[in-house]
Amino acid sequence: MKDVSFGQYYPVDSAIHRLDPRLKLLFLIAFIVVIFVANSFWGLLVCAGVLLLAVLLSHIPPWKVLRSVRGVIFLVLFTAVINVFFYAGETVYWSYGVITVSKEGIIFSVFLVLRLVLLVICSSLLTYTTTPVALTDGVESLLYPLKLIRFPVHELALIMSIALRMIPVLTEETGRIQNAQKARGADFESKNIVTRIKAFIPVLVPLLISALRRADELGEAMEARCYMGGKTRTKYKKLRFGWGDLVAFLIGAAMLAGVILLRVYVGGVL
Amino acid sequence: MRIVAEHLTYTYNEGTPFAARALDDVTLTIEEGEFFGILGHTGSGKSTFVQHLNGLIRLPSSQKHPKKRRAKRGEVLPPAPVLRVGEFDLTDRKTDFTALRKKVGIVFQYPEQQLFAETVKDDVAFGLKSFADKKSQPSAEEIERAVREALTAVGLSYEEVAEKSPFDLSGGQKRRAAIAGVIVTKPEVLILDEPAAGLDPLGKKEVARLLHSLHETWCKTVIIVSHDMDEIAENCTMSAVFEDGRVKYVLPPRELFKHADELLGMGLDIPLVAKLCRELSARGIEIDCDLTADGFVKAVLAKRGQA
Amino acid sequence: MENMNALEFENVSFAYEEGGFHIDKLNFSVAEGELVAVLGHNGSGKSTLARLSNGILTADSGTVRVFGEPLGQKNLYEIRRRVGVVFQNPDNQNVASVVEDDVAFGAENIGLAREEIGRRIDFALSAVGMGSFRNATVARLSGGQKQRIAIAGVLALRPDIMILDESTAMLDPRGRREIVDVVLRLNREEKMTVLMITHYPEEALLCDRAIVMNRGEIVMQGTPAEIFGRHEELLTYNLDLPRIGKLCKTLQEGGMSVRDTLDIQILADDIAKELTCGS
Repeated sequence: MKDVSFGQYYPVDSAIHRLDPRLKLLFLIAFIVVIFVANSFWGLLVCAGVLLLAVLLSHIPPWKVLRSVRGVIFLVLFTAVINVFFYAGETVYWSYGVITVSKEGIIFSVFLVLRLVLLVICSSLLTYTTTPVALTDGVESLLYPLKLIRFPVHELALIMSIALRMIPVLTEETGRIQNAQKARGADFESKNIVTRIKAFIPVLVPLLISALRRADELGEAMEARCYMGGKTRTKYKKLRFGWGDLVAFLIGAAMLAGVILLRVYVGGVL
Repeated sequence: MRIVAEHLTYTYNEGTPFAARALDDVTLTIEEGEFFGILGHTGSGKSTFVQHLNGLIRLPSSQKHPKKRRAKRGEVLPPAPVLRVGEFDLTDRKTDFTALRKKVGIVFQYPEQQLFAETVKDDVAFGLKSFADKKSQPSAEEIERAVREALTAVGLSYEEVAEKSPFDLSGGQKRRAAIAGVIVTKPEVLILDEPAAGLDPLGKKEVARLLHSLHETWCKTVIIVSHDMDEIAENCTMSAVFEDGRVKYVLPPRELFKHADELLGMGLDIPLVAKLCRELSARGIEIDCDLTADGFVKAVLAKRGQA
Repeated sequence: MENMNALEFENVSFAYEEGGFHIDKLNFSVAEGELVAVLGHNGSGKSTLARLSNGILTADSGTVRVFGEPLGQKNLYEIRRRVGVVFQNPDNQNVASVVEDDVAFGAENIGLAREEIGRRIDFALSAVGMGSFRNATVARLSGGQKQRIAIAGVLALRPDIMILDESTAMLDPRGRREIVDVVLRLNREEKMTVLMITHYPEEALLCDRAIVMNRGEIVMQGTPAEIFGRHEELLTYNLDLPRIGKLCKTLQEGGMSVRDTLDIQILADDIAKELTCGS
């Protein structure tokens, strides 16, 4: 009965939670661009500052946000170490065969770590403060122009919406079937990888059968409610752009401008 | 196997904003040989409780890295939970949970949804093979004999269904086959979560009959989790009522339904016979009987005989 | 003026491609405002009836009429709007994770304006007693609540007829009671015509009329009291009496003179009379 209906969503009320999901999505994209545009520690400091402000405003305990980094820290450090050893810099401190440790390599790796950490924090802040439903609406709305080139935006959004509805149902079902097979001696914790993979067949087969049955029934239920494709459909929920969104937009824009100005006038270390 | 639970507490999603207390200081003993009914609403904790009994939900102390709670200053820690099923101590992490699961079978709600193998025989044999050691897998003859016995015990004919795909069976047959897949290892305790859910009235009657015959010939203790009061009243020797994660009553059904007002207040129904006894009591007639229809008729006829 | 039939089957025949039973020249009608139970054991064809009524299945021959209008390809969606169907599994009917989005789905499909959809959501949710759950997450609701949301999703289309296809079969007693209450209220207060497909005899007792199906045929029709009065016949269709009816029979077999009744008060009176008269 693990709750996954909200993804990572952390249900508190805050200015960040209330922001338009489209803006948050755009902000994430802009943020990613900015941290890679930033080529000085000052630039990254600006980014980190803005992010810190967002975290503080979100009413989510900062340790919770930091925890999201824990999952990828190994990957980040690994990449950094690789870069330290293989980055071809000019100021070489130490070298052995193809491995060289240079000043540029170290700086580059530190940047990389900082960038990735900021990136992970920013994207988990998005999922912490936005329900999957709002995210779907945001994606649909942002993709709207693609309708002009006949991209099935509506169908895509409907599929995402149904998927979100079904994730908790199927997760619960997986848990139930897994428990049922465990009660019949199935071993999901075996150290032997083959045993473990084999153990999932008795879970996957019933799950697949049930998913197909569910899809069938859902289709009927949708038809019964007059579903006939996206053509004549109207939409009840409209996303609204409010004052808070404007302020956030301005902060985001200021950050972008600040980092670009830093890059142009102050110059970077890379 | 006698089941003893004391001070059992369990919270789903502990430490998150979605935390939900499912069991709250549950103490309950189930004697060997009982046909035990656990009553309560969806979400009352009854399913969580039975999943403890074969270690599907582990007590904190039996997990790989047991977390010890230290008392903060001035805080009194709740008493340590006790959970014993026969000779198994479920609070101990050295307990052999696989051996336990072999002795305590659970049939989940809509068990037909767990069928997966190509033939009914393979499906029923699944438990048999997976509980057995790698080195001492049962022989083909042993498997056939055990599957035949299990299918016969649930009222299916081996010749008719063994080689069929489980998905070609009728709804009722599927459920029986799934139950056979649990009892094939001869568990001493059989737990069934809403065994009659979704069946029509005749199907329900057949399931009740099946459970009685299993109780008599196959598994010493049968525990059913149900919200059908008549099902409990007609079948069980002992019953417990769960509400909001706590045990409210542990009584034989005929005693239990003397608390009709409290049960109704909890939003639970009471069996028809109990309702009728109440109505008669309001008309000045006291009938003391067990809560099966037959018991009631007997008591009424006896009363008329006296008069 | 002749009383208009809300739903009418005239010589409707239908067979599944994969075989099994088939429906042959089925005739029946449901009057406007009526509450009708359809009883039958699993596989008796009662669910096929629901799917033929709103054009999810198309009859091989014969005519299905909704308020006099024959169902055809042209008016398919109009008929679907007027004949709402609620299905069995509470988890397989919602398309959205949030209650109001899900209730809006049907109304969005028929292209209503935003404000109107909002009004319909208000109406539908309050009709099923879920007004305060507008922003709730569907996954966190109980089975009965999910099923009420499914009813609300159908109500948002403002149908004239509602068909419940074993909508209580997967619910616990509390959920079942919730659904029955909603259905009774819709029928009595909103004058909704309701067809309730069920295998609970207790639910049939609450209806104006009951239809019994067996192997694709209508084999019995009448008030619930009439139907349950024909006990032997019911048994041949693999159906049974409500528990109270059975208790009456057992008492009679024991020599008690109690009436055949489905009312607990009457039964209690009869037993009381029998026990006090003698003394």
